[in-house]
Amino acid sequence: MNNTIVKIENAVVSYREDVALRDVSLEVRRGEFVGIIGPNGAGKTTLITLINGLGKLVQGRVWVLGHSISKGSINGIRKRVGYVAQLQNIDPRMPISVEEVAMIGRYSQLGAFHRPGKADRDIVDEMLKLVGVSHLAKRPIGHLSGGEQQRVAVARALAQEPEMFLLDEPTASLDWRAQKEIMELVKQIHETRNLTTLFVTHDLNVLPDTCDRVVLMKGGRIWQEGKPEEMLKQDTLSQLYDAPITIKEHEGRQVFLKAG
Amino acid sequence: MQNAILAAFLGGVACATVGVFVVLMGVSFIGVCLAHAAFAGALLGVLVGFDPMLGAFLFSLGTAAIIGPLASRGELNLDTSIGVLFSLMLGLAFIFMGLMPGPKTQMLGLLWGSILTVSKTDLIWLGIVAAAVVAIVVLFYKEIQAVIFNREIALAVGIPAGLIIYGILFLTGSTITVSLSPIGGLLIFSLIINPAAAAYQLTYSLKKMFLLSAVFGVVSGWIGLLASYLFSAPSGAAIIVTSSIIFGLAALFSPKRKVKRWQAKDEPSRVL
Repeated sequence: MNNTIVKIENAVVSYREDVALRDVSLEVRRGEFVGIIGPNGAGKTTLITLINGLGKLVQGRVWVLGHSISKGSINGIRKRVGYVAQLQNIDPRMPISVEEVAMIGRYSQLGAFHRPGKADRDIVDEMLKLVGVSHLAKRPIGHLSGGEQQRVAVARALAQEPEMFLLDEPTASLDWRAQKEIMELVKQIHETRNLTTLFVTHDLNVLPDTCDRVVLMKGGRIWQEGKPEEMLKQDTLSQLYDAPITIKEHEGRQVFLKAG
Repeated sequence: MQNAILAAFLGGVACATVGVFVVLMGVSFIGVCLAHAAFAGALLGVLVGFDPMLGAFLFSLGTAAIIGPLASRGELNLDTSIGVLFSLMLGLAFIFMGLMPGPKTQMLGLLWGSILTVSKTDLIWLGIVAAAVVAIVVLFYKEIQAVIFNREIALAVGIPAGLIIYGILFLTGSTITVSLSPIGGLLIFSLIINPAAAAYQLTYSLKKMFLLSAVFGVVSGWIGLLASYLFSAPSGAAIIVTSSIIFGLAALFSPKRKVKRWQAKDEPSRVL
């Protein structure tokens, strides 16, 4: 029980007349890598944003890092949770550089009235180096390619020195090479930094093979969950996506194809 | 004239600084909306018989406070919410104007401003707000930068983005209120937008954008005053035309508009 880092109990979330999550319960243990998959509109993003308080609960309860999510606790929790969203549309003329964007991650640790010091700059430099964009540090963020911007987003989240890492479709809208690079990066970071990682994707082919558990979502509910080898089967996935899916082996890795 | 020079300096710094938020957050229309709200509030003050400045302050801050909730509860685009409130404030201003008996000289003064006859009280208020705007930008620079970059990301790292946005709206409303008398309700919008938009053309650094915008705001004020003296033109209008010329020049010489030319000789051919 002490090992549980996230506990979601009977969560219901609705936007206007649409119910995005219906009575969802989930537990995540410290150090786990959980993949959350499902078709568009299944409630994956809503589920992940409950953990950092960006999603609003209508019913149910959520505990994160030992605290029940409330107005009083949420900012403290957010400081300990790194979040990478989908690729954002950034104005190419935005007057903010790559290193300034990564530094936003440090702001969570600094608090009001404190300016970043040498230690913060060193951490940002280290994270930019880790994700392979240190040579772009002075460039305006809007001048980078989609893949580079997502690397900076990962660096920004890591600069927070988080205990948990939430990734919401970090590879969406990226080309195959950038997707592969981000997947490798996430895998490496999870393994070397002892993080608890939740990775949301609708694209089965970008699901890192380090997943300890896969949660299958459909129609605002957790449809099934279990070990990847139990969940990632042709029949199960075909039912999940309401489309025939074929699984092939390629260079030791499963490749998911839409059949027919 | 000394008072006018000082008012141009203080108004230039305050308006141009809040202009950076307005331009980067893409809510240009907010300047017009809050200026008209302040104008309507001041007219109510004149009509009912209380301090027009208090009316302007209450109306512009009240409007600034309603814009956000109206957009989120009505599920409207922020610009639509601003447009709805702008039209309401314009309507109220006309109603108050219509109800006002006798000559409307004071009312027209609020519309066009009178920087050459700015009072000591106006100057003190302008000084207080300009100092508050600069102090808040310096103290909360990192939070403001994060919110300008991306509100969701700012929230996700634990920055109270809503509070920062309301703070920005409060500053914008206060700046417009104290600038109403010297600069005028109709002209203030340009002094908020033009210097910041000019600075936006010239730099990729937010710090430099704040500095350049303030410099352009002050320079617009001073050159406008000089032009008004030399050509006997209305001072407010001269200031606005100057700020527009500065923007035009910045846009013309903007390094952001340069397109890098590529020539085949720049790199070895990889085609086999």
